[in-house]
Amino acid sequence: MENTAPQLFKVTIDNIEVEVAPGTTILQAARQIGSHVAPPAMCYYTSLKGTGGKCRACLVKVTAGSAKDPRPMPKLVPSCITTVQDGMIVENTVNEQVLETRKGVVEFLLINHPLDCPICDQAGECHLQDFAFEHGRGTQRYEEERRTFEREDIGPYIQLHMNRCILCYRCVFTAEQLTNKRVHGVLNRGDHAEISTYISKAIDNDFSGNMIDVCPVGALTDKTFRFKQRVWFTKPVTAHRDCEHEKCSGKVTLWYKGEDVLRVTGRKNEWGEVTEFICNTCRFDKKKTSDWVIEGPAKVSHHSVISANHYEKKAIPEFGFKQAAQQYKQIDDLPVQLPEGEKKPVGIVVRPDSK
Amino acid sequence: MTEVNTPEKVEFSPETLKKAQEIIARYPEGRQKSALLPVLHLAQNEWNWLSAPVMDYVAGLLSIQPIEVYEVATFYTMFQIEPVGKYVLEVCRTGPCCLRGAENIIDYLENKLGTKVGGTTTDGLFTLKTVECLAACGFAPVLQVRLKKEDGNYIYYENLTPEKIDNLIATEWV
Amino acid sequence: MGIKILTEHIGKEDLKPIDAYMKYGGYTAVKKALTSMSPDAIVEEVKKSGLRGRGGAGFPTGMKWSFLAKPEGKPRYLVCNADESEPGTFKDRYLMMHSPHTLIEGMIVSSFALGANTSYIYVRGEMMFVIRILEKAIAEAYAKGLLGKNILGSGYNLDLYVHPGGGAYICGEETALLESLEGKRGNPRNKPPFPAVSGLYACPTVVNNVESIAATSWIINNGGDEYAKIGIGKSTGTKLISACGNINNPGVYEIELGLSVEEFLYSDQYCGGIANGKKLKALVAGGSSVPILPANLITKTANGESRLMSYESLSDGGFATGTMLGSGGFIVFDEDQCIVRNTWNFTRFYHHESCGQCSPCREGTGWMEKVLHRIEHGHGHMHDIDLLVDVAKKIEGNTICPLGDAAAWPVGSAIRHFRDEFEWHIKNPSEATRKGAVYRKEAVFA
Ligand SMILES: Cc1cc2nc3c(=O)[nH]c(=O)nc-3n(C[C@H](O)[C@H](O)[C@H](O)COP(=O)(O)O)c2cc1C
Ligand code: SF4
Ligand code: FES
Repeated sequence: MENTAPQLFKVTIDNIEVEVAPGTTILQAARQIGSHVAPPAMCYYTSLKGTGGKCRACLVKVTAGSAKDPRPMPKLVPSCITTVQDGMIVENTVNEQVLETRKGVVEFLLINHPLDCPICDQAGECHLQDFAFEHGRGTQRYEEERRTFEREDIGPYIQLHMNRCILCYRCVFTAEQLTNKRVHGVLNRGDHAEISTYISKAIDNDFSGNMIDVCPVGALTDKTFRFKQRVWFTKPVTAHRDCEHEKCSGKVTLWYKGEDVLRVTGRKNEWGEVTEFICNTCRFDKKKTSDWVIEGPAKVSHHSVISANHYEKKAIPEFGFKQAAQQYKQIDDLPVQLPEGEKKPVGIVVRPDSK
Repeated sequence: MTEVNTPEKVEFSPETLKKAQEIIARYPEGRQKSALLPVLHLAQNEWNWLSAPVMDYVAGLLSIQPIEVYEVATFYTMFQIEPVGKYVLEVCRTGPCCLRGAENIIDYLENKLGTKVGGTTTDGLFTLKTVECLAACGFAPVLQVRLKKEDGNYIYYENLTPEKIDNLIATEWV
Repeated sequence: MGIKILTEHIGKEDLKPIDAYMKYGGYTAVKKALTSMSPDAIVEEVKKSGLRGRGGAGFPTGMKWSFLAKPEGKPRYLVCNADESEPGTFKDRYLMMHSPHTLIEGMIVSSFALGANTSYIYVRGEMMFVIRILEKAIAEAYAKGLLGKNILGSGYNLDLYVHPGGGAYICGEETALLESLEGKRGNPRNKPPFPAVSGLYACPTVVNNVESIAATSWIINNGGDEYAKIGIGKSTGTKLISACGNINNPGVYEIELGLSVEEFLYSDQYCGGIANGKKLKALVAGGSSVPILPANLITKTANGESRLMSYESLSDGGFATGTMLGSGGFIVFDEDQCIVRNTWNFTRFYHHESCGQCSPCREGTGWMEKVLHRIEHGHGHMHDIDLLVDVAKKIEGNTICPLGDAAAWPVGSAIRHFRDEFEWHIKNPSEATRKGAVYRKEAVFA
């Protein structure tokens, strides 16, 4: 008579059944099964309300809406914001249309991306790199000029590289939800839309640094860590401190090079998400080992190039190199006669926007 | 350029302020942000374009953050976020208008005014722009101009010909 | 001569003053609805009428109304979509300019049917002159006790406001419109939740096009069954068509659905045929978003049947050989028009108007525009054509809102029906970029 156990919904994703609480999204249900069936997510972020639905990386096919109404859904649906129904059947990695569409999304996100991985601080922990590596087609068809934005200085802590931004809106939600006064947002529209303060204002308040952690690409990076070291040469260590800031978790990852703490970040889980945010004092001011209680080496996400150790070889799709060869400044300004078919020598990687 | 200066103190005239308050009252308690677009129109009519101080003033009026105003003002094409001439001529460049000679009209205006699309004449009288469909396709070619009136008014000039334009420049847009 | 229900009295005299409007039976529907009908009975009549949304999607209005959630303690809203920005479409503007009270009367009865006590008319900001007309008309209606508290002694209260847009086609999409009405950027929302459950200020909301709302007064006055007798099949009633392009009589016409395309295009009562004695090349029947049709599929369907101005007949043959009624923006192209140039122009429009939230639309529209620009300007490659088809396909169906589809369809259909013209451009760049040069099929194939 008294069955108080909450009723669970049965969902099938890529032929694997899982039981989840009502209200769970398809993406979260898939994550419960495991990373092999979890759709990629470039804009959704579990700990930020309102994120998701924008990048379209996580589109999946629903072949049966529910046990009650087993009709398929006509279009692919964003798994990050679509809640499951009892008896729903979902196809992700087993569906050709899904995979083909995803290749398209990778391509869309890359056509205007500078592909400056070789000089980008995010390289090695970049979700766009991972996404392109795992889901892209590896060749490029885009022959047009790439969009660029003017540089904006947003203060001493955070470096903004708008050219790399994929407009996930995560940083906007972060500022809205974690800080008391949002001073940056998305300006303009369409493919001119950009993250900006409009008046080149310094973004400084106690929690702004979290924008760096939530940014999936190298659009927002830690200025205090700029060009210090490639991330795969640093050693992540888990640590905590008793932070006086009431909203700060004090739980961090310290990134060491030898004895030195080069960078402090929030702790990312296996989906690359921070669930417990930290304050700017912990992030930017506490860079001595003595500031922290060390817990041990941090676990590095399975597909990260840091753990896989194949950054140089595979993580940049081949066209990345081609692109670099085409776009980067040539060192010889002199007009040289080259034999037919021979390319001009390509020089050092310098983009106008990479100071 | 005329009318590009932002006054030291940005503040609506008492009449405009009253108008703004009437507009804010159209929306439920706590939803005063809804009044943003109509109030920005008022501000543009008052100062000809929306400088950052003007937008900050509007933010204050609606008790929202300045960035919320910047985000909106840069999204909508009617808002001039850079100094413009007294008359902003916005010519429709969309397909249906082009079927009836809009491209020739744009060329004609460029020559006549001596400025390219996007530019302002040296006397600060005209800024020439192109816009997308104005819902006047049957009366193409068409352009819109904001005339500084009591609460701002946009006029469509339809079935444009070079002669009509000459005439407007000589007599109306002065 | 077909029946007119929205524009019958326009032209007889200036209908902007409320007394003039009332002389022709104006506001009788308000009286009837508020004093002798229940809200549910009105919804029932609208359902019976078979009225379909005139904003483009053609969704049955009565059914939409019956989905409106009615939770306790939450206000409900009716928002009229007068953003009218789809290229080729200028019908709502015509109605509001010439007979603003037709819309206001419809707003009152529709708001009553939905239980809304505050309603908004969202008009694109460029139409400031229309906004002034509406505001004046609304003030008159308040003065006559047709708006405000206790309307006509019925106990029903309604406040009606006009809200100006700021210049953004995307705000015609209903959830972008609601965001805009809340004072935000016009970023469409993901659905679900639908506005019927969570719309304006997260309250249940109905968004309807000007023409849909305007039609409800007639339905109240004459009954849903009477309305359903007008038109053909599931395309009941009349439709405002805005005709433009290379025709003799551009303008707005109220037609009974089911009129033949041939009559609409060639009779002097309507478009009056192709201007300057030219030949017909192509037609966009329902606003820039719908697939373009070549001359041979316009007046007849692929099966050789007469093509009619109705939802069903225009879409006969699916996208392979048909198109859509859409918003009623009827754009006619004569033999001198270049399909490549127009496709580039339309694509530039969608590129310019994309809100930029979702990657396929934000990036894909710009990509297509650049490729089309290249082809139009003599720098195309043969592989560009299939690339365009593929990019359009990758956008279609994969975006937050239908602007992505609207951008993809013109490209897909132009290539489907005019592939040879694209190829000609690519193969003959110097000829194709010569001013005034147009590809003519006869010249190439005859
Ligand atoms: C990009 C886009 C633009 C639209 N523009 C308009 C518009 O200007 N006017 C309109 O009534 N509907 C427009 N719509 C359709 C609306 O989203 C909505 O379906 C309509 O207002 C519903 O009213 P109806 O059912 O009466 O047609 C647009 C849709 C999209 C996707
Ligand atoms: S389809 Fe285009 S307009 Fe619609 S939400 Fe996506 S980016 Fe915005
Ligand atoms: S195309 Fe110019 S008004 Fe519509």
